[in-house]
Amino acid sequence: MTELSSIIELLISSFVLKAILVIILIGFSASYYGVFIVQRKMSFLGNGLAHSAFGGVALGILLETQPLLIAIPFTILIALMIAYFKEKSELSNDALIGVFFSFAFALGIVFLSLKDTYTTDAFTYLFGSVLSVDAQDIFVSMLLVIFTVFTFFSYWTRWAYTTFDSDLAIADRIPVRKDNYILSIAISVAIVVSIKIIGIVLISSFIVLPATIARLISRTFFEMTVKSIIIGIVTGIVGIILSVIVDLPTSAIIILLQSLIFFIVFLFKRKM
Amino acid sequence: MEVNAISVKDLCVDYGNQIALSNINLEITEGIYLSILGPNGSGKSTFLKTLIGLNREYTGKIEIYGKPISKIDPSIIGYVPQIKTLDKSFPAKAIELVLSGINHTWSIKSNKEAKSKAYSMMESLNSLEFADKRLSELSGGQLQKVYLARSLVRNPKILLLDEPATGVDFVCETNLNKIIGDYTKNNTITVLMVTHDWTSAFHHSSHILFLNRHQIFYGDKTNAFTDENLKLTFSHFADKHNVSFIMQKQ
Repeated sequence: MTELSSIIELLISSFVLKAILVIILIGFSASYYGVFIVQRKMSFLGNGLAHSAFGGVALGILLETQPLLIAIPFTILIALMIAYFKEKSELSNDALIGVFFSFAFALGIVFLSLKDTYTTDAFTYLFGSVLSVDAQDIFVSMLLVIFTVFTFFSYWTRWAYTTFDSDLAIADRIPVRKDNYILSIAISVAIVVSIKIIGIVLISSFIVLPATIARLISRTFFEMTVKSIIIGIVTGIVGIILSVIVDLPTSAIIILLQSLIFFIVFLFKRKM
Repeated sequence: MEVNAISVKDLCVDYGNQIALSNINLEITEGIYLSILGPNGSGKSTFLKTLIGLNREYTGKIEIYGKPISKIDPSIIGYVPQIKTLDKSFPAKAIELVLSGINHTWSIKSNKEAKSKAYSMMESLNSLEFADKRLSELSGGQLQKVYLARSLVRNPKILLLDEPATGVDFVCETNLNKIIGDYTKNNTITVLMVTHDWTSAFHHSSHILFLNRHQIFYGDKTNAFTDENLKLTFSHFADKHNVSFIMQKQ
């Protein structure tokens, strides 16, 4: 009985509530952009940008400022460079992401080594931590959600059209190139904001899994978008509560939970 | 009075390492049915894509109803791409694809008028039964009809078809020709069709364009199929396939 009440006490403690609030916000954004990433077959981009963000985080730590403030523009810059190099060469997206993410990650390692004092901060960013959520993270996540909701009303139909067939979209005068740059920027911000709680290593799964599960159970792209967001938020909340109860790392529990749902849905759908 | 639907002057498309099209000069009169014939890689698809604004790296002048491509209303052109380019993994119902032809975007909700237009277009193409099916469930011939419905639902003045017979069986192909034939009877529409099928081109079209990176022949179909035109269009490529020749060169 005392154990149960201590768990309840822990769950309503401010850090868990803060973490739940943040996971709702980032789960919403990450799962929303996830549907475009999955349908455009850009999963590697999510992974690449998360690792690129490490360069920005490390620079922030080295300069002893808020890592997020450096990591966001840094990651956006890498995303734009990938898109720019893709346009100006015959190289594949895949190869360019490979080039840039290693480059940015290597920079990150050098930045961290330049800092004399050992820092635990870097590990927080690699594997994520619910304990580290602060007011600034909540604020930035809220801004991201506001921007994401804005894009839903002004860009979703165009992004969806381009995702289906960019040639048809261009023929119908959709500004595909500009739209793609905006999507890249939005994805970069969503990734960087999610890093603190999920961690660089697991972020691409966090983005891709809800959309992939949603794809298995959706007949239309809009349905997929809505279901992906719901799955992202619910697994985020459940994952945090579970991780507090079993006392294991939050990000790993969320990803394991999503993976489990993926396997169950996959098997169930195959039988049908 | 004859009206020019499409006018092309000195069109050249250069992809840097190779010239895809050079010196194309055409005046395409409204209402004709033009088949575009040529070997693989002869620039047929490139020509269509340039007309709808997918390819901006060209020199020369293109006018559609007297206006440059960037200034025309996109709804006057219906474009049917090759079905092999379709991403079947995209979750969508057939009717959504048809609606994109009216909405010019991927709308979440369409208004009643658009919906009834889209459904009645599918009905007229005998494809109502799979209107609410997913794209991944459709056969090649059914997808072809969906794409055709998508392009016709906007009442285009110009219809561009990129190898519509590829990937569909003979029955579907015959259907397709019938649909286009019926449609052209009741509407003034200019049709440009890229095809490999000479027989079908000869039977259904009024004009022929032979293309092999440059323009070999353009005009009425009755004068088109001469030995010389066919040789100029196709045999040059046959030489290139001569493996021993290439080996000797190396």
